[in-house]
Amino acid sequence: MSAPLLSVDGLTTIIHGGGAPLRAVDGLSFSIAAGETFALVGESGCGKSMTALSIMRLLPDAGEITGGRVELQGEDLLALPESRMRDLRGHRVAMIFQEPGLSLNPVMTIGEQVAESVRRHTALRGAAADARVLELLDAVRMPDAQRRATEYPFQLSGGMKQRVMIAIALACDPALLIADEPTTALDVTVQAQVLDLLRELQQSRGMAMLLITHDLGVVAQVAQRVAVMYAGQIVETAPVDAFFASPAHPYASKLFASLPERAGRGHTLAAIPGSVPRLDRAFSGCRFAERCEVALPQCAGTLPQWHEVGQGRAVRCHLYGSDERGAMSDERKAESPASSRSSFITHHSSLLEVSDLKVWFPVRKGLFQRTVGHVRAVDGVSLSIAPGRTLGLVGESGCGKTTVGKGLLRLMEPTAGRVFVDGMDFLALSRGELRQRRRDVQIVFQDPYASLNPRVRIGDALEEGLLALGIGADAEWRQSHIDALLEEVGLTPDVKARYPHEFSGGQRQRIAIARALAVEPRLIVCDEPTSALDVSVQAQILNLLKRLQRERGLSYLFISHNMAVIEYMADEVAVMYLGRIVEQGLVDEVLRTPRHPYTQALLAAVPAADPQQQRRAIRLAGDLPSPLNPPQGCHFHPRCPVAMPQCRERFPAAKSWSSTQVAYCHRHE
Amino acid sequence: MPFRVELLWSDLLVWLLVAGVIGLVLYTRKRPHLSAPWVRVGASASGMAAATVLFFFVLTGLLDSVHYRSALPVQGGKPAWSTELHSLLDRALEPLRASREKTYSAPLATHLFAKETVVLPDGREDRLFPRLRHGGAHLADPQADRWADVAARAFRGFSLALLLWFVAAIGVAAMTARRTESGIEAAWREVWSGRTPLQWRAVLCALGAVLVVAGPVAALATHYHVLGTDKVGQDVLYQALKSVRTGLVIGTLATLVTLPFALVLGVMAGYFRGWIDDLIQYLYTTLSSIPGVLLIAAAVLMMQVYVENHQELFPSTEIRADVRLLALCVILGITSWTGLCRLLRGEVLKLRELEYVQAAQAFGVSHWRIMMRHLTPNVMHIVMIALVMDFSGLVLAEAVLSYIGVGVDPSMISFGTMINGARLEMAREPMVWWSLAAAFVFMLALVLAANLFADAVRDAFDPRLRAAGGRA
Repeated sequence: MSAPLLSVDGLTTIIHGGGAPLRAVDGLSFSIAAGETFALVGESGCGKSMTALSIMRLLPDAGEITGGRVELQGEDLLALPESRMRDLRGHRVAMIFQEPGLSLNPVMTIGEQVAESVRRHTALRGAAADARVLELLDAVRMPDAQRRATEYPFQLSGGMKQRVMIAIALACDPALLIADEPTTALDVTVQAQVLDLLRELQQSRGMAMLLITHDLGVVAQVAQRVAVMYAGQIVETAPVDAFFASPAHPYASKLFASLPERAGRGHTLAAIPGSVPRLDRAFSGCRFAERCEVALPQCAGTLPQWHEVGQGRAVRCHLYGSDERGAMSDERKAESPASSRSSFITHHSSLLEVSDLKVWFPVRKGLFQRTVGHVRAVDGVSLSIAPGRTLGLVGESGCGKTTVGKGLLRLMEPTAGRVFVDGMDFLALSRGELRQRRRDVQIVFQDPYASLNPRVRIGDALEEGLLALGIGADAEWRQSHIDALLEEVGLTPDVKARYPHEFSGGQRQRIAIARALAVEPRLIVCDEPTSALDVSVQAQILNLLKRLQRERGLSYLFISHNMAVIEYMADEVAVMYLGRIVEQGLVDEVLRTPRHPYTQALLAAVPAADPQQQRRAIRLAGDLPSPLNPPQGCHFHPRCPVAMPQCRERFPAAKSWSSTQVAYCHRHE
Repeated sequence: MPFRVELLWSDLLVWLLVAGVIGLVLYTRKRPHLSAPWVRVGASASGMAAATVLFFFVLTGLLDSVHYRSALPVQGGKPAWSTELHSLLDRALEPLRASREKTYSAPLATHLFAKETVVLPDGREDRLFPRLRHGGAHLADPQADRWADVAARAFRGFSLALLLWFVAAIGVAAMTARRTESGIEAAWREVWSGRTPLQWRAVLCALGAVLVVAGPVAALATHYHVLGTDKVGQDVLYQALKSVRTGLVIGTLATLVTLPFALVLGVMAGYFRGWIDDLIQYLYTTLSSIPGVLLIAAAVLMMQVYVENHQELFPSTEIRADVRLLALCVILGITSWTGLCRLLRGEVLKLRELEYVQAAQAFGVSHWRIMMRHLTPNVMHIVMIALVMDFSGLVLAEAVLSYIGVGVDPSMISFGTMINGARLEMAREPMVWWSLAAAFVFMLALVLAANLFADAVRDAFDPRLRAAGGRA
């Protein structure tokens, strides 16, 4: 390897807060060669973003770099005066952030914003600068760049905004691009477009890239070398192929084992117990020791050193120290395959039967608030769930899947359609009757931080449903019921007296599940219950949900955008696009032999956590259209690679492929 | 001396408020998530200094809110009570209250401000500045002795203040020492370097400043009019101290009147949306487009007419003035709830979409309970911030309203009436400046302290400000 482009040596960043200072980045060392894509991967709170901000010297006020060196082409960045650093940012090192919507100035046209960076760092002015702006927008494949340059950020979709951010970053051909979770806020089909773009740009321009992500799939698709971060330190660095073939550090291998797509269905996911340690204390040994299953006696007391394990990989673990090598075995606890799969038959009488559900939101205008149109969030959805089974509802953001969940609970009043819960028409009930039936269907939400009232104690939150529905004879019974529930979801009863702010995201989600379970529902709508959680915690929650289903015979409507989670959890799956279901069937049928072009594209866009796996190149153009004004005919036709004339005219009829699989597409008629 | 305690309506409300605050403090102490922002207020140096100054204002106001009638000499076996209503503050300031001069006198003066025709002992008449009845009356030769006497008394007051301050400082150090279980010297170093969780250093500094001013003033006040006297010869210092209660009552009670309107209507508008929201919005938009002063003037005048027509309901002037003060609080409150209501509506619109509210809806929890349990506690930080921010605005509003004659009863001492009384004298030559200056300085101190404290409270309660500092 030649002299590295960027070398970071012993970088230590602390954050001053209320109590002891947090050592967010603790003695980090790595180097990136010119033209190389280096991925820094880790769970939230492990210090990845702080590393990027430290390199750029853009730390928040409370942050302070206390040690180490950061050298870019031999120049020590930490010693530069701020004025020189400003010349360097955006010129030789550029950065793109996670949330493209927050990175652009809403009152400037995107052309101006790109030009700002061009003018700041180059001598181009006037027409030459404008030409450069168009060149850059073309380079990031902005369709119709000439016109787009005069538009404002609100007129652009999320994917487009991220392209603009990339164009700004590229303005001066930086030697290094730091991409901090560049696709996390984007939908999977858009994410695939942006990742392709980043990879191409990096290759064609010979630019080095520091990619920061929590998603092993993204790493596998884009990166050449990878470093795994845990609690402020790098624990393993390796070339991507070798890393994905066999991760060396126990933490890395556990991360893989907790990916739902790697575990078979019916197997328990290998969750990592506990959560990331707090960084405000001093560590005497390996930081992962207390969560590690293969910890050695010395792990807790001695700091592990770096060990070379060949092929340019290095691990910070005692297992590789002396003769303990090979102690690692990829043991995956094979749960008895007595999964929910075989115990229920598909054509069981269904617990939930939804037919032609519509949830339209009126759009009002003018002085008298006349209704001038409708946002058709859900436009004729039919589905059914049998007792003890799970239906996965999958789709991109904005397709209306959450609205389906809320509509059938009548948290949003549906416009039309019928919802039968156990034969009872849910939508025809009066308010009083509805309250009585509420206990049958409950919901678990996405954001564990918003789903618990910060001012209500855990015990009171769990009791709320019991009181509202008049369940339980007396306070004593309710308390013992709550104790039992908390133990069932893996918490101790003494958490009842505590407030939500004391709990981590995973624990809060357990509490939210316990709250839903308190009234003994038969169906739980799980609205992206794990998408705000880290992979290792996600595995804990998925295991919990599976176990509860097995023990209680619960049915789930499992709403998610994550194909791997759906594949792991669901028995049947329904794919939604713009308010309508486009394909439905058993999970194996739909995911193995997708019939609808949208399903096919969706599956192809998911970045697999395996660099060997070549992706089929189905790329969708554009973004999801607005449900206010959906395209005529098949909603998917403007983005469909195989659209036919009749697709523009009418919505296709159902086409059955088996007794269970149905797709709505003209191509198969 | 026997006395009979008498509760005015405003006294009752003030003490209810005090009881409420004490209750809230006890409630908050046990709940870490509620007390956390107050701990942050305690860690703010400017906030704690302001709180110390405010404490003295509040103490003055509370002393002035215990009223009693003293007994008159018994006549015919039946105990009779004085027609005058006094407060504990009046009692403490008895020398100030009782030492009336004839008319204006300058601060620390020994002679009246205006020349008068006096009959000299030999029968001649002359126009000269007569000696004051009380101010510097103990001096044999005021011209020669006055400044030496003033300096000596001020020094005595200053020494006493220093002594008091040292006692307080040692007390604080001893308390810190007990808490940290260290020596008193180490504890003192800790306090003085500002490392204590509660900013005792700021408290001590503010206390020092207050004592250094108050000590000499108190020492002088027994024999001089430190801030002069007004047109009817009343001590201006006494007036300024009496005005504190009026300001505090207006500031707190009027804010309390706004609360139920703002809270109930704001939360309802945000939660129910639809026509209820429209109705409430129309209500506050309409109300806030009526010029507030007109509404207040009309209401106060109506109240005045009512009081005059029903003298039997309001037997004494003090009670009449008190009722008018309360009416002013109510009308100020009614005209100023719209801002907070709008803020709360916006916040609730955001909160109602949060998932814990939806989870409660999924359980069929009633609307009323959702609003009480899930929404109201979560907008309380906004209420808290608005409360302390509005306070100073209302104190100033009282001054303005009394100045234009629609404020408190003219017989009630307030900053507004002081300024109103002083305004004509500004044109006099030489100028009578002390009434206005006293009102100005006291009001400035009160409002500045309230504003600094409000800033500290806002910084501690505003989740956005916290997030900006604390996020990793």
